Amino acid sequence: MANRAFKIKPAEGISAAFVAAFVLVPLAAVIWRAGTLGGFSAADWAALRFTVGQALLSASLSVILAVPVAKALARRNFRGRRMLITLLGAPFILPVIVAVLGILAVFGRSGLVNTALDALGLPEISIYGLQGVVLAHVFFNLPLATRMILQGWQAIPGERFRLAASLGMRPRQVSRVLEWPMLRAVVPGAWMVIFVLCLSSFAVALTLGGGPRATTLELGIYQAFRYDFDLGRAAMLAVVQLGLAGGAALVALWVSVPSGFGAGLDRVVRRYEAETVLARVGDGLAIFAAAVFLLIPLGLVILNGIRGLSVMPSQVWEALGVSLLLALCATALTMVLALALARRGEAVGYLGLAISPMVIGTGLFLLVNPVISPMALAFPVTVAVNAVMALPFAVRVIGPEMRALEADWGRLGAVLNIRGWAWLRWVVLLRLRKSLSFAAGLSAALAMGDLGVVALFASPDWATLPLQMYRLMGAYQMQAAAGAGLLLLMSSLFLFWIFDRGGRGDVDV
Amino acid sequence: MLTFECVLIRQEAFELVADFSITPGARVAVIGPSGAGKSTLINAIAGFVEPVAGRILWKDRDIGANRPGDRPIALIFQDNNLFPHLSVAQNVGLGIDPGLKLSQAQRARVSWALERVGMADMEDRKPGSLSGGQQSRAALARVLVQDKPLILLDEPFAALGPALKVEMLDLLTEVADETGAAVLMVSHDPTDAARFAQSAILVAEGRAEAPVPVQELLENPPDALRAYLGD
Amino acid sequence: MRHLAFAAGIFLAGQALAETPVLKVYTYDSFVSDWGPGPVIEKRFEEVCDCDLQFVGAGDGAALLARLKLEGKRTDADVVLGLDTSLTAQAAETGLFAPHGKTPKVDVPTPYEEAGAWSDPLFLPYDYGYLAFVYDKTKLSEAPKTFEELAASDVKIVIQDPRSSTPGLGLLLWVKAQYGDQAEAMWGTLSDNIVTVTPGWSEAYGLFLEGEADMVLSYTTSPAYHRIAEKDDSKAAAVFEQGNYMQIEVAGKLAGTDQPELADRFLDFMLSDAFQSAIPELNWMYPAVTPKDGLPSGFDAPLISDHAVLIEPAKVPAMRAEALSEWQTALSR
Repeated sequence: MANRAFKIKPAEGISAAFVAAFVLVPLAAVIWRAGTLGGFSAADWAALRFTVGQALLSASLSVILAVPVAKALARRNFRGRRMLITLLGAPFILPVIVAVLGILAVFGRSGLVNTALDALGLPEISIYGLQGVVLAHVFFNLPLATRMILQGWQAIPGERFRLAASLGMRPRQVSRVLEWPMLRAVVPGAWMVIFVLCLSSFAVALTLGGGPRATTLELGIYQAFRYDFDLGRAAMLAVVQLGLAGGAALVALWVSVPSGFGAGLDRVVRRYEAETVLARVGDGLAIFAAAVFLLIPLGLVILNGIRGLSVMPSQVWEALGVSLLLALCATALTMVLALALARRGEAVGYLGLAISPMVIGTGLFLLVNPVISPMALAFPVTVAVNAVMALPFAVRVIGPEMRALEADWGRLGAVLNIRGWAWLRWVVLLRLRKSLSFAAGLSAALAMGDLGVVALFASPDWATLPLQMYRLMGAYQMQAAAGAGLLLLMSSLFLFWIFDRGGRGDVDV
Repeated sequence: MLTFECVLIRQEAFELVADFSITPGARVAVIGPSGAGKSTLINAIAGFVEPVAGRILWKDRDIGANRPGDRPIALIFQDNNLFPHLSVAQNVGLGIDPGLKLSQAQRARVSWALERVGMADMEDRKPGSLSGGQQSRAALARVLVQDKPLILLDEPFAALGPALKVEMLDLLTEVADETGAAVLMVSHDPTDAARFAQSAILVAEGRAEAPVPVQELLENPPDALRAYLGD
Repeated sequence: MRHLAFAAGIFLAGQALAETPVLKVYTYDSFVSDWGPGPVIEKRFEEVCDCDLQFVGAGDGAALLARLKLEGKRTDADVVLGLDTSLTAQAAETGLFAPHGKTPKVDVPTPYEEAGAWSDPLFLPYDYGYLAFVYDKTKLSEAPKTFEELAASDVKIVIQDPRSSTPGLGLLLWVKAQYGDQAEAMWGTLSDNIVTVTPGWSEAYGLFLEGEADMVLSYTTSPAYHRIAEKDDSKAAAVFEQGNYMQIEVAGKLAGTDQPELADRFLDFMLSDAFQSAIPELNWMYPAVTPKDGLPSGFDAPLISDHAVLIEPAKVPAMRAEALSEWQTALSR
């Protein structure tokens, strides 16, 4: 045990170095090229305040709203529950602009809500401003929060609830004794992950923010690179963002560790104290409200996309092939890195969340360009950056499971001398099949949506599906772009579903 | 021969001292009040706990630097002895090759061991579908194929009924006889000790005493043991 | 790559190079996309040049310049195509571009040039257009004709952020050129008309088509797209009485090119009919040299030169910084 715990294994070391090479080294390259870090202006302070403020609000609301939804999903079984849980994950993997258009179809100036208000003679509501930014972030992250918290609920053994029932506990007492301690352990971690995600928001904040009030640090980085070519300023803002995100991520690890959000979503524990009419109605409402909030914009995206499918040019299908290949390669790499880092390197895995893709791209470009044409490396770099960006979610899923596995079976493995490849082959891969395939599905879906588009490494010979979608938009072909968006959504969900399903064939316990 | 040479184990406020030897082939019970450190003693031999002072020797060689898997031991825990996702045969096979690359002969050996413990027709079952007794048998089958000179057991049959437990202790005795291994078994039940062991180690008040004949210890218990036995 | 080519050149010295020369043209992404003019132009040039023309797409015009600055003298580019006059001063300052040495006759009604003349020694224009607020005639019967009218109306507009988008920057310069010291005040009165500010043109145009705003900042040529490609005559561009801001897109030859002659030929080709005729219906801009068949039907005639607002390239950098901070202040209130 002593040997196992303290030595850094080669796989861990190599993986950590790889992630650092794709996150910290590019940042260092940008700083080195700039020669200096820029100063912090008054406008930057305003951007910092807005960035942190909206992230605080978005994360808090996502988590608060996720609690009743997760609670309801944890204790109610109904037809289509699994399907609903999978679909609820869709907003998280949608390209930003597609999701924003879906949200606007509901909450926009000529969206469903305002049309209804207008018909009733009521004044219209405006989504543009902080409220819109937060709404969109909740739309993206409520599913994530729900899944993390749902996992916490299902980690409470059924016997505890039976014990509570035998003691005649009332719902409120059950909450205090069983649920409250779980929430205290799980919620801070979920909150922090979403907070960090919202920190680097750029397109959502700008599009729905209504104007320069809604300026985030990420926009500052974008501007510094593209218009001012002020690398020092870009690097400084990136360092601030890294500090904020990295700090928050470390606090998340430190404050509490949610037990992943992967396995065991099938099991519904019978809850004796919850069999009152009031509790049933409450749960029903929570699930219904979440479904309406998340699925109606999604439905409108799909409807709009269906009309676009027929006008979609053939290049979109080629792009689909490219993206599928890219997603599969990135997933393979993510899983290798996640397996190596899951046990003790989770903090390293988080680096991908904490840094702007713009900085990664520019830094890598600076490093690579003197040696070889970046275009020659377009595919491997795109794969690697996508893998690093999806890694935080994969280690989040696998980490706790891996540590639990170690705790439960590590000694048996040690006594039987099951190490290295044998441990991976005969214990980890089989035992963690569910959460591994969930993590793989999530990574594949995220890579499909191309988290790490690196424009500087774009190849003239091929384009990803998200890139072709944006190109269609840029060529006035909004309808065809909507079709491409739908194709993207469907293929992401399909990849996710295939992987996730692969993990739940064999029942062994 | 297993020797504790002035071994001191410390875990936060807890301390345990051990300084004695166990002869090859001996069957020794480890008894004592709960929380006294019986399991810690086993864990130290297995390599899960590192002594802060002293040496643990096997055949006069210090095994302190060896990994648990490289020590001359087979170990049965209280639970989690079988991987639930692997078949019974695979679980036993792990005792021969941790990578489960088994030759024809080795596979035959697995079958032989399972037959020996009365599990001949259960090779392909998963542990989840076995009863508690069957799980213990499977674990013993693995100890059989591991063929190590020292078998450690940490309250292995605590969850079994009295009749089943007796059956298992007898099976364990047979396995030990067959492999010629010394056995060290933690138990909280003095009748287990009396039935199975020739000698017993009393762990109490921060000390693991040298083994003495079981009969002697039970008939004339020191104070710490008397309080535990409750008479 | 270039080192390799160089090494190969030495190695093969004395014998005829069988390999066709490669001309690398950096441009913005929508130019090279399958729906832009890139593929057609590549085919047409390769038919006459006996070379391999490679377009390399890099974001938008600003990203293009940023990339060039990143690469510096090591750049592989022979020609850069797709900067506009708000970027040319910065581009010239890099010292990476070589004079084109041409005195072309172009049909670009540049306000600060003699009719038909073009005096920039480094960059040549290939197309141009005018920024305008585009609207749906069936929904907005009377479009505002000045910024004042727009500000006074309750017409809702969606614009692009000048910090991340080329048309957004154009609008910033437009207002600054027209209102000078009063620009901040003008933005103040416009702020309640602005539904939102998007990162780029695509998002803004998408929002407009979804009905989020009555007007969107785009180009006077946008309605032509709907008319020609979609047979939809409902869109119109508001021509402002005091003029619309002009965007002239240009190309330049790199000083460090290893294909100087080929690059020159490309620039000549750029102003020929084969290139120019592809512009209107693929780039949806006005060609710098009107093709011999004229503009496609469905295209409105370009605005006359005294109807165009354009800040001279050299004055842009200083003005941009000031205008940007005014814009931020006015819209952050």
